[in-house]
Amino acid sequence: MNELSSKIKNKNSKNNHNDIKYKTLDIICDADTLRSLIRKNEVRVVDVRKAQDYLLEHIPTAVSLPLAQLLEKDTPQGIISILQDLGISDAMPAVIYDDTFGALAARVAWSFQYVGHINTALLELTFTRWKNLGLETEKKSNRFEKVNHSLNMNHTIYADASYVEHIKDQPGKILIDSRERLNFLTEHIPNAKNIPYTMLGSDDSILRSAREIKRYIENRGISTDSEIITYCGSVGTLSGLTYYAMKLAGAQNVKLYSKSFKEWKSLGKPKEEFRDANYWDLSAE
Amino acid sequence: MVWRPTFIVLNKKASISSVKSNQKNVSTRTLTQKWANEEETEMFAKNVRLFRQGKLSEDDFRRFRLQHGAYGSRLQTNYSMVRIKVPSGEITPEQLEKIASLSESFSIGSAHVSTRQNVQLHWVQLEDVSEVMRGLADVGLTTREACGNTVRNVMCSHFAGVCQSEEFDVTPYAKALARFLLRNPLCQNLPRKFKINFACCAKHGLVRIADIGLTSAIKDGTRGFKVYLGGGLGAASFIGHLLEDFTPEDKLLSTCMATIRLFDRRGNRENMARNRMRYLVHELGWDKFQKMVLKERSIVEMTTASSTARLFDLKEENEVMLPSKSITTTNKIIKPLPMLNEQVTVESPVYVRWLHTNVVPQKQEEYFTAFVTLGAGDITARQLRVLAGAIREFSIEGTARNTPQQNFAIRYIKADMLHEFYNRLSSVGLANTGALTIASVVGCSGTTSCNLAITNSHRLAKEIQSKFLELGLDTEDCLRDSTIKISGCPNSCGQHEIATIGFFGGASRIGAAMAPTYTMLFGGSAGEHGELGKGVMRVPAKRVIDTISKIIEIYKQERSGDETLNQWINKIVRGEGAGNVKNIENMKIELLPITQLAPIEQDAESYVDYGNDIKFTAKTARGECAA
Repeated sequence: MNELSSKIKNKNSKNNHNDIKYKTLDIICDADTLRSLIRKNEVRVVDVRKAQDYLLEHIPTAVSLPLAQLLEKDTPQGIISILQDLGISDAMPAVIYDDTFGALAARVAWSFQYVGHINTALLELTFTRWKNLGLETEKKSNRFEKVNHSLNMNHTIYADASYVEHIKDQPGKILIDSRERLNFLTEHIPNAKNIPYTMLGSDDSILRSAREIKRYIENRGISTDSEIITYCGSVGTLSGLTYYAMKLAGAQNVKLYSKSFKEWKSLGKPKEEFRDANYWDLSAE
Repeated sequence: MVWRPTFIVLNKKASISSVKSNQKNVSTRTLTQKWANEEETEMFAKNVRLFRQGKLSEDDFRRFRLQHGAYGSRLQTNYSMVRIKVPSGEITPEQLEKIASLSESFSIGSAHVSTRQNVQLHWVQLEDVSEVMRGLADVGLTTREACGNTVRNVMCSHFAGVCQSEEFDVTPYAKALARFLLRNPLCQNLPRKFKINFACCAKHGLVRIADIGLTSAIKDGTRGFKVYLGGGLGAASFIGHLLEDFTPEDKLLSTCMATIRLFDRRGNRENMARNRMRYLVHELGWDKFQKMVLKERSIVEMTTASSTARLFDLKEENEVMLPSKSITTTNKIIKPLPMLNEQVTVESPVYVRWLHTNVVPQKQEEYFTAFVTLGAGDITARQLRVLAGAIREFSIEGTARNTPQQNFAIRYIKADMLHEFYNRLSSVGLANTGALTIASVVGCSGTTSCNLAITNSHRLAKEIQSKFLELGLDTEDCLRDSTIKISGCPNSCGQHEIATIGFFGGASRIGAAMAPTYTMLFGGSAGEHGELGKGVMRVPAKRVIDTISKIIEIYKQERSGDETLNQWINKIVRGEGAGNVKNIENMKIELLPITQLAPIEQDAESYVDYGNDIKFTAKTARGECAA
């Protein structure tokens, strides 16, 4: 641990030059890849848990960006300023983790990519899992020098209510509701298909294998060639995870309706409801 | 040549060397049993796709789906209830953990113990059923023939092997028969579903309400069974008939095969409402049916190849290595358990109350069976995982049995481990008291998921349970042998006809409005001397709790001596009451003030069912029991 920290310190000055050939990340970054990048000081690790959890301990070199903080500044300019404040330059790999089965991390990762920070990945493990595996952690808070980050909007991954309403009867466009089954049954956007976020993770990873997720969506008759729009209950966390699951399964054209069902309802848009069964009474708690 | 299957005598003095002395680390065995067939998973996924593409007709697909254990959900054909067979009710911690994961991924985050020892996952999207099957196959479980016109889950009393009054452990027989019949061409297309129940003794088990019911018996030193045929609950219920005084174990398979073959040939394939075997028995008359079965059995014995008969393999099922006598496993001083037989009250410490209402001694000295009280069979994924851990840690047997009372029985717990076991359960809300009392109310799934249901029997069962526990009725020993069972329609999945006080759901028109109501029955019972309950009267759903409370109040005023509620109610059914209430008619008059509803304008609440905030309508769709 101490050794690792001092290595990072020594390397810090070197990496301030913008001449490094950074690694291009996949959607998911495994623990070994991250540890190697940390050792080389060629990554920005972003912890999106609550500030007090970060202060207790975190993955070495990680900076703190609680999800709530990002949601407060959830505009393209706001997110760019966050990237800059965290010392994340245009090409620098950013690996994001949480302790909420990947959903919070996914929402932050999507925001980064939305404003143009493409080289962003989700850590395959939650923090608890990382710790349980006995991997390194540290307590000291990390701050890095502010850098410039350009704004390069990636509009193709964004959907708003009017877009969702607009596509509803178009073939080849699939709306996916990421909420749990009973919430979906109660009410959902008309024609949405339900892929509860609970289907996506496994004990070892925040997302199952691409093969498995592909099978799940193909079982539903959804082609990875479709345009897929994901949504969930409120701020796009669960559906953020679904967004990345769909990408992992090979879908090219995926969008996140980040304001999700909460906004949809507040706008008074149409809903499908199912009230002919008392399914909530099956719950045991 | 007369057919004689070879039986391997069960080794009752099984070695206990594998049982480590430190119970906490005991991992006694892994069940190698495999009920699953992975190919069926792929086949199911393929057929769902074909069905969605319109290449498989709805009727063909429905038959296929039911044969593979996926039942259509209430008024939503895109969802299924996946019924996991648990032959003999024996389930391992690994299986419970897998069910927990599958319920989170593909169902609603909880699982449900049924009255026939299945475990059900509700509201699974049709497209995900194959994924559930895939996961179940990892731990050996199957949904094959859990629905449809086949031999359903073979039940076995959860006391089998530990029961004080059993002749021998019938579990291996139940499992061997289940294995023989699963995927057997003999029972792939019966006129209707077919149910087989094993019991350890005359008191436990549900042998009189099954197509075939079997109780352990010994004659002249030979193991065998008392076999009951043609029982069953439903819109019209019958009690099974005893085939012969004693059926030796080497005739068990041929007797069952003969009965199934006879039903397959002679059963009614036209009238869906009357095609269970009990109707055939009723129409032919028992004497004739009995002769036909005995004759068919001779034919089976003469025509079944011994290679076929050998597929009924008891040895395969007898992998349990358990102490038959007590073993010294600990240096701790074992405290006696006086609470089991002493009166407790609501003021008693809750652990003592739990011991009294949830724990029974086994025939194996020093070992106890503890019951996990669920609410109408519901258990969350998180609870399942904790339960699985507790079974590994505290049960020498290392498995659980689920029960027709929709609870779990955890057996082979040493006395000095009970408190720790209790604490573990308590940490996740699984230590409710009352498992073996009137407070453990049975409720089918009702309108929470079933197409046929008229009322929310599931919620009502839970409401009664929590009310009774709050009132401490589980501590009253005079109520202990009484049962309450509720179905959401006349079709008896909640087994209301074998309850001391049973209810089945319906709808009543009162003025211009419809109200959810239940028909109340008195005096049903299970076991070898089981009887069907007698109809009393209709009770509005929202008055059921008050009605039961009133019955208990009258009982307490009018009982003689230490007569229990169950005994007293049976006396009323026979018209032999000693007080003001002598018979059912008197009872009805007493209950009338509670059961009569004011017009909807004055009592809107009573016209709405539990779990609803909207006007009650009796909405149902086609049942799939007989598809």
